[in-house]
Amino acid sequence: MSGYEARFRVWRGDVEGGGLQDFTVEVNEGEVVLDIVHRLQATQAPDLAVRWNCKAGKCGSCSAEINGRPRLLCMTRMSVFTREETITVTPLRAFPVIRDLVTDVGFNYTKAREVPAFVPPADLGPGEYRMMQEDVDRSQEFRKCIECFLCQDTCHVVRDHEENKPAFAGPRFLMRVAELDMHPLDAAGDTGLDRSRTAQDEHGLGYCNITKCCTEVCPEGIRITDNALIPLKERAVDRKYDPLVWLGSKIGRRSRDGS
Amino acid sequence: MSVVDRQEWDVVVVGAGGAGLRAAIEARERGARTAVICKSLFGKAHTVMAEGGIAASMGNVNSGDNWQVHFRDTMRGGKFLNQWRMAELHAQEAPQRVWELETWGALFDRTKDGRISQRNFGGHEYPRLAHVGDRTGLELIRTLQQKIVSLQQEDFRETGDHESRLKVFQECTVTRVLKEDRVVSGVFGYERESGRFFVLQAPSVVIATGGIGKSFKVTSNSWEYTGDGHALALLAGAPLLNMEFVQFHPTGMVWPPSVKGILVTESVRGDGGVLRNSEGKRFMFDYVPDVFKEKYAESEEEGDRWYDDPDHNRRPPELLPRDEVARAINAEVKEGRGSPHGGVFLDVSTRMPADVIRRRLPSMYHQFKELADVDITAEAMEVGPTCHYVMGGIAVDSDTAAARGVPGLFAAGEVAGGMHGSNRLGGNSLSDLLVFGRRAGRYAAEHAAGRADGGRRARVDDAQVDAAAAEALRPFSAEAHEPADGPPENPYTLHQELQQTMNDLVGIIRREAEMKQALEKLAELRVRARRAGVEGHRQFNPGWHLALDLRNMLLVSECVARAALERTESRGGHTREDHPSMDRRWRPAHLICSLADPAGEAAGDPATTDPERGRIALERQATEPIRPDLLALFDKEELVKYLADEELEGRSE
Repeated sequence: MSGYEARFRVWRGDVEGGGLQDFTVEVNEGEVVLDIVHRLQATQAPDLAVRWNCKAGKCGSCSAEINGRPRLLCMTRMSVFTREETITVTPLRAFPVIRDLVTDVGFNYTKAREVPAFVPPADLGPGEYRMMQEDVDRSQEFRKCIECFLCQDTCHVVRDHEENKPAFAGPRFLMRVAELDMHPLDAAGDTGLDRSRTAQDEHGLGYCNITKCCTEVCPEGIRITDNALIPLKERAVDRKYDPLVWLGSKIGRRSRDGS
Repeated sequence: MSVVDRQEWDVVVVGAGGAGLRAAIEARERGARTAVICKSLFGKAHTVMAEGGIAASMGNVNSGDNWQVHFRDTMRGGKFLNQWRMAELHAQEAPQRVWELETWGALFDRTKDGRISQRNFGGHEYPRLAHVGDRTGLELIRTLQQKIVSLQQEDFRETGDHESRLKVFQECTVTRVLKEDRVVSGVFGYERESGRFFVLQAPSVVIATGGIGKSFKVTSNSWEYTGDGHALALLAGAPLLNMEFVQFHPTGMVWPPSVKGILVTESVRGDGGVLRNSEGKRFMFDYVPDVFKEKYAESEEEGDRWYDDPDHNRRPPELLPRDEVARAINAEVKEGRGSPHGGVFLDVSTRMPADVIRRRLPSMYHQFKELADVDITAEAMEVGPTCHYVMGGIAVDSDTAAARGVPGLFAAGEVAGGMHGSNRLGGNSLSDLLVFGRRAGRYAAEHAAGRADGGRRARVDDAQVDAAAAEALRPFSAEAHEPADGPPENPYTLHQELQQTMNDLVGIIRREAEMKQALEKLAELRVRARRAGVEGHRQFNPGWHLALDLRNMLLVSECVARAALERTESRGGHTREDHPSMDRRWRPAHLICSLADPAGEAAGDPATTDPERGRIALERQATEPIRPDLLALFDKEELVKYLADEELEGRSE
């Protein structure tokens, strides 16, 4: 495959407004959409704003929408498009535009602060933690999250519903609650914090009707809905209506610590 | 012009990777009001790219490990050029720093008995790297990020403001460290989003900006790695140490072109992957240098047995320190035994079952599948050297991380020099970030507290702020400046020429004539960079940002080239074709770079348009003798290979 000229339409503008701008730009073998955006910067539009960092799908900076679908620019190969296709690149729709492809993702940082942190067990010092691999597997899956916020962008609860944002943490931060709830040594319960109940009461888990849009766009392939959100809903329900389940989980943890 | 937002803080940390965040946590926990400034979003720093693990002699997998063994490995890896006190502190404190992460919520992979698992890595005698699959850096950055959030939650409960004691200024760039009477007084920077300037006044500044890889064409480093902290320190009057030592990681992707340089983790080899040339030969057996002969397997059979029985076999030579492996690959390719796209083959597909590969190396599986259409469970990867890490950096005090000669300035992580000597072992960078990030945060907080008591906090004067603002705005008026010099230059073009120059002329194998040529080219680029012009306005303008970063890359590149030209031996991350061996007489020598014309630089208009002179003065300094009890950790037969005669004599006295 040799080089060719591709047609791109890139949204340009700022908080005042803007529109799609047409470009014709060279594409070479093996390139990804971010390479093409960089070529536009270097040759045609030096002030074209885009966020990026690692260019290897590890940092989650270059999130945008390509032909309307939330994706990482650095992990979208040009070879998935035909040469005739016009490729449209627009900023994440759920967040306010700052400039061109860069949006204000502050919503996510606000939500991150609303999730109470890991609570270390009072009876264990550094170096004394013992956890079995099978007990950390699930939380480790959630910790693969690169915080690209594509799931937050695609989630229909907030995508076109600004009014839901105050009450809804979004898939990423509900998953964070699940991660801490499933952490084998998190001692939040000892402080009176029931994480799965707060997911329901304070982080808007009830808004989620498990359409799995978040799982579909996750570049890390994390099964957000099946492994985080649905179990969290089940645990919230269990603990709400069955104090014995809650008590049982506490006793289970204690006995393991004591062994 | 000096209508610039000013704020007061106790400690300002520049950089939000592992070192910066660890420093900020420490400073805040010791009571200092702490600001962190980073170029990217919070949580995106280059540390997320670290794959293999954190080196710490916890002894969870092999109980023979301890800090002395780790210290020895680190010194050997650095070919004894390390600032030995740093290597000692690092080896001693790394386990505590890893365990502490668990108390903040980190979830490392586990051993069968529930402790933190540790994996093998190049140059480490025992399995030593705490890890999470091949995404350890992400775990590190996220844990530190979440610890910062938890501190902010505490502050919110007490003060009603999350950012009252610890604030992250994200997507901001610092262009100058400010001083009053030779003492640090704060930083000047701009918000990338709006282009607005700001000044943070503070008695302590910690530089934790990472490396310089973006000066090279083929690199594993992200756009942020433009040597900002190195340049900020130089411009503030602090010297840089041993800048000739640049690590080329042996295994970067070589195809397709757009991903050339992206890292392929050393864990691939640590977990059993092997290197082969186009003839199918495991060539590393031909490249074991004399100093390492007794420690590495002589046959494939022995090397293969080592994975299961490390006590009775020696490790395979694929696990030599990175500098050795990178040179070997370079030599194989040069002699015509390379892979189709100019690398060599790295194979795990014939060494492990597919499901094990997918579990232990998930990011690598994903990366090759998505970016190169290669299934690493079924075929070999093609890999070659890529610019990865700079061992050189700001000269610091080992215990306090204080930069030499500038009170109030501290440095930690990749931007600090000394710790790794001439070559860094894999896994030692994440532990370095934690150990020295914490130390920098501690001593920066103490320094700030001492200054606060005296009540002598200086207010940054307007003239300094005006000069910094004028310097930052220069690219917008490129046409108005010195029109006789020539037309405005495209910063992207200048950057590409710089990268090509450093890659070709001061790269993995160096020659005197080429480095001289590089210095001439750098002088030309320096003149042209003064005309780097940009279009548009100050709001999120990447062309403008690059034009400003060019100053830093040019300064740092000159340091690398000058030091590399001076050191007439080959050692670690510095290989001279015209001086191919390690020379014991160079062991006690450090090369120090500082500004040639500090007064001119401070005024923002240095007399540097003279291409002959350059901006950097180079000086050779004798190193502090290694403490006898540390030397006693090595056999005399081994020391003879490294130490200069006078150092050995000193030992026998």
